[in-house]
Amino acid sequence: MTSIPRRDFLHGSAVLGVGVALGSYASARPAGSEPGYVFFDRAEAAFVEAAVDRLIPPEADWPGAREAGVPSYIDRQLAGPYGEGERLYLAGPIRPGMPGQGYQLGLTPAQLYRTSLAAIGEALGQRGLDFAAAPAGEQDAFLTNLERGRLRIADFPSSIFFETLLANTIEGWFADPAYGGNRDMVSWRMVGFPGAYAAYLDLYTRHGLHFTRPPLSMMDAGPHHHGAPADPSPRGTPPARHTHP
Amino acid sequence: MAERRRPVDVVLVGMGLTGAILGRELTQAGLSVVGLERGVWRDTVPDFQSPGMHDELRYAVRQHLHQNPRLETYTARNTDDQEALPIRTLGSFLPGTDVGGAAVHWNGQTWRFLPSDFVAHTHNRERYGAEAVGGDLTVQDFGVTYDELEPFYDRFEYLCGIGGRAGNLNGTIRPGGNPFEGPRRRDYPNPPTAPAYAGALFANAALALGWHPFQVPSANMTAHYTNPEGMTLQPCMICGFCERFGCEHFAKSSPQTIVLPKLMESPNFELRTRAHVTRVLLDRSRSRATGVLYLDLASGREVEQPAEIVILCSFGINNVRHMLLSGIGTPYDPRTGEGTIGRNYTYQTMASVTVFYPETVHTNQFMGAGALGTAIDDFNGDNFDHAGLGFIGGAYVAAYSTGARPIEYHPVPPGTPRWGLAWKRAVRRHYNHAAGLSVHGASMATRGNHLDLDPTYVDAYGQPLLRMTFDFPENDVRMANYITARTTEIARLMGGEIVVPNDRSTPYSIVPYQTTHNTGGAVMGSDPKTSAVNRYLQSWDVPNVFVQGACAFPQNPGYNPTGTVGALAYWSAKAIREQYLKSPGPLVR
Ligand SMILES: Cc1cc2nc3c(=O)[nH]c(=O)nc-3n(C[C@H](O)[C@H](O)[C@H](O)COP(=O)(O)OP(=O)(O)OC[C@H]3O[C@@H](n4cnc5c(N)ncnc54)[C@H](O)[C@@H]3O)c2cc1C
Repeated sequence: MTSIPRRDFLHGSAVLGVGVALGSYASARPAGSEPGYVFFDRAEAAFVEAAVDRLIPPEADWPGAREAGVPSYIDRQLAGPYGEGERLYLAGPIRPGMPGQGYQLGLTPAQLYRTSLAAIGEALGQRGLDFAAAPAGEQDAFLTNLERGRLRIADFPSSIFFETLLANTIEGWFADPAYGGNRDMVSWRMVGFPGAYAAYLDLYTRHGLHFTRPPLSMMDAGPHHHGAPADPSPRGTPPARHTHP
Repeated sequence: MAERRRPVDVVLVGMGLTGAILGRELTQAGLSVVGLERGVWRDTVPDFQSPGMHDELRYAVRQHLHQNPRLETYTARNTDDQEALPIRTLGSFLPGTDVGGAAVHWNGQTWRFLPSDFVAHTHNRERYGAEAVGGDLTVQDFGVTYDELEPFYDRFEYLCGIGGRAGNLNGTIRPGGNPFEGPRRRDYPNPPTAPAYAGALFANAALALGWHPFQVPSANMTAHYTNPEGMTLQPCMICGFCERFGCEHFAKSSPQTIVLPKLMESPNFELRTRAHVTRVLLDRSRSRATGVLYLDLASGREVEQPAEIVILCSFGINNVRHMLLSGIGTPYDPRTGEGTIGRNYTYQTMASVTVFYPETVHTNQFMGAGALGTAIDDFNGDNFDHAGLGFIGGAYVAAYSTGARPIEYHPVPPGTPRWGLAWKRAVRRHYNHAAGLSVHGASMATRGNHLDLDPTYVDAYGQPLLRMTFDFPENDVRMANYITARTTEIARLMGGEIVVPNDRSTPYSIVPYQTTHNTGGAVMGSDPKTSAVNRYLQSWDVPNVFVQGACAFPQNPGYNPTGTVGALAYWSAKAIREQYLKSPGPLVR
């Protein structure tokens, strides 16, 4: 199938080295620091930043996806093993499937973004639309077109890219802040999810309890290993939460 | 040339749940056993510990404990006239990998099948007539009865420390348990879970309609427990990171917490990890296995492990693939109905109902555990009269609280846009004010649904992928929709504002997660023309090969499989120990 320009493959594989170096959340940047993108170039980043902020927009009380760090979450994902298709079966032949057969492109997520963002850049250029600066209504209209597959990207409909972008945006919004999105655990506070540490044995039978403990991230405590069952070491008490801004 | 290792009595292909049980039983019988596992070693400490384990993205979304489809996947299609395409990213089901298998990251909902489920063909024909099991359906009896399996269910439940309340103790029906279950000779080893909020709301509504709610039997511990192997487990903390996660608290039954450490102590046992089995080796007669061939993934070398007995423990559908790749038995042909390997592949027919509450009702679904749920069994199996309904089989209905991890769980009512401000506000409004009821339905075998080898796509080692041809049969769609309607009646009494039934949509899609209850394909039975293995899970064609797992189910009843998988493993192990070893050869003629 693929009519992906060779440049993109080279680009995609050059990125893999970065992914390995980046590693997992252990080396994640502290929440709050401004992203230096490792995968997106400037034009790509401008589109993604504006687009995710329409998918999950800011309000008076709750920031949107951009302020929550979702663009840098996606950037790091694409620069890492996910972007490289670490857990994706990529062997051919590549054939268009039925919806129930799932994703059938031979592209890694990194390649999918590269190819799609290039095609989107071209389409925006033809329309003379500066997406990042456009009014919300125009941005939404363009995103809706992507969602409905009205733009052709290489040989596939833009809906495939849109669905990936939407899924990644929701991931970044709700994933542990260790991954660079969900800054200050904003999404968890917004819905009332207490986060990574939990032991509700004494609480779950208090039906309807209004549980207000602020959430905890994986980064909020050091590892607290459990001993073997015979070992009487204390276990499982969530540490007191750091004050959050 | 493959490197040849010293012959042993038994080689186990896969070291998940059934591998660990068979290994334990057979080393205790004095046999030398080698366990081959394609994945790596892992244990509660350090591998399942906080803070790393409570990572929804890594484990639940990126599926880091599951089989990596880049190495090995399946192809799928709905019908024979379509082209199967590879499952490029796992969705509908999530087979495990590494030591402990899927039983590391399972939920722990541990059910028995009904007595009538084991004789589904005979029972339904006698009660509803030949046409009830006719047409496209290829429903069969298991070849083993509930009464025969009861002691082995009991053994598995005590191994796992299941928390529950007997509903039928030696024929006496006891309130608070499942009154429809087959008789059990003693109660569960541990007390039942207490209902979570969603479960309590469901139980009250179900009671008001005259149904019989009870707590789902749970492999998440409800008390400190030392099992008959001497392994000690601790009470579940209800942390909400269970399904798709390893348990950090020694509180979920998994091979690592219930039996594997004892097996590892045995001088008769050797575990080899990163040993990817590629085929079972047969002699010229093709009726005797001489051992297995595997790839040592560390060195890249091919290794032959000779053995007197080969036991497939690599997860149901993977066992079917091993049989097809090795030429054990005759592949099933859906056109002629002949052959048995790949026949009667079935799944689980899931539907659901969501209840949305006012903002004053905090459902706290994040306070969860894999098997924390309240269920009714009034609509399962043949617990209700099917006359005039146009289907056989049924479903249990349960309100589960398995942990509302928000990437995957953020329910919104129908009509909500998929993104944008309205979506964001709806997520905020409903996240902690909703409850769901699952309809956990049976899957009846048909002539068309089956497994075989894909003619086109191969795994990372160059072997053909397993091809799955499956769609939900008419029978099961009618069943699911009937029971979803009954469930909706209950849901309307649960005090919510909006009740949303989600019927069983068709065709089957590999995209949304449903269950990892892939069943059938190498089914047990009493007729070698319609079953791949006999009642002891012994291959009819190659009698020194035994095939464990849910591939043995001729069709899948409306329950999770592992209670029965565990019972069958003990049942089969006993037959090997007490009958096969005395006179190696077919146990049934
Ligand atoms: C998310 C999830 C939730 C579940 N929840 C429940 C539940 O609540 N209740 C229930 O009843 N069931 C549940 N299950 C199902 C349950 O986990 C399985 O039924 C059970 O683990 C099956 O045991 P098994 O021994 O057949 O396979 P497994 O335990 O998966 O073991 C198979 C092993 O074989 C290895 N293997 C595979 N191929 C090869 C090869 N070629 N060479 C060497 N090794 C190989 C695998 O790596 C694996 O370790 C759940 C499953 C999942 C994924």
